[in-house]
Amino acid sequence: MSEDRFVIGGVALESRLFTGTGKYADDAVIPEVCAVSGSQVVTVALRRVDLDSAAGNVMDHIPQHMKLLPNTSGARTADEAVRIARLARAMGCGDWVKIEVISDSRYLLPDGYATCKATEILAAEGFVVLPYVNADLYVARSLADAGAAAIMPLGAPIGTNRGLKTREMIRILIEEMALPVIVDAGIGRPSEACEAMEMGAAACLVNTAIATAGDPVGMARAFGRAVRAGREAYLAGLGASRGLAAASSPLTGFLGQGDS
Amino acid sequence: MIVVVNGTQREIDPGTTVLGLLEGLGIAPDTVVVERNREIVPSATFAGAVLNEGDHLEVLRFVGGG
Repeated sequence: MSEDRFVIGGVALESRLFTGTGKYADDAVIPEVCAVSGSQVVTVALRRVDLDSAAGNVMDHIPQHMKLLPNTSGARTADEAVRIARLARAMGCGDWVKIEVISDSRYLLPDGYATCKATEILAAEGFVVLPYVNADLYVARSLADAGAAAIMPLGAPIGTNRGLKTREMIRILIEEMALPVIVDAGIGRPSEACEAMEMGAAACLVNTAIATAGDPVGMARAFGRAVRAGREAYLAGLGASRGLAAASSPLTGFLGQGDS
Repeated sequence: MIVVVNGTQREIDPGTTVLGLLEGLGIAPDTVVVERNREIVPSATFAGAVLNEGDHLEVLRFVGGG
């Protein structure tokens, strides 16, 4: 499927699975997670260095070839997201950014208006902006106008592993938007990632479901396969579903037909 | 003199640079980004950026995230 090109911000990607780097019991599994899942894009967050303890550096575990997608987690306003994005770019790891503006700590739902404002500012500064938002068509259109490189709607609240609760709205985004739709947050099972891809999602971003699995490497491999299977099914064109049964075997030539 | 680093006051010698501060804290300069009084300090200028009394510094690095 070499003709099935997936390009974000001018970068052609082979894999349609993005992976997170949070919540691992041991960051040392991250290289293997990347390898077996095929993921080429990983998210990271920006935080203060703990001056009183020498914690490990997650960057020591992220393979060199991975495309880094820093998020703006912790931002509660558009201005804070812009500030974090600029700091992340100053780390010298490229100009991609996942905009996350959240002021609701209970469900961690993204602020669409603030996300649009931040997207407009950062896209004008040359960032490749991937905004994390609710699955809302008007927000998505505003983000497209603001210069976003993709739309990243949530399937369910962050870290819940509850699956594609916003299924119908994501379906509408995929249908209506020219930008890639990357399902981010809530995907708990490979089957859910597969379903999103069957629907025509451009990619999925998975963190909690892999990082908190009994065997993160095994789960990463399963997600890689599920995303590929779902993409292949989408490209192949799903057969129509219907209410009544339709026999798959011929309805003529039965044994004993015409006997009295 | 006193500067504020990641929200905590620190006593440093006058003339200390950003690079000197990081080294004093045991932080590898190529693993962090530094903001001084809300302005990013480009890493190429760490060695020449002399701190002033009351500077507010943020020293940040990438951590695991989703």
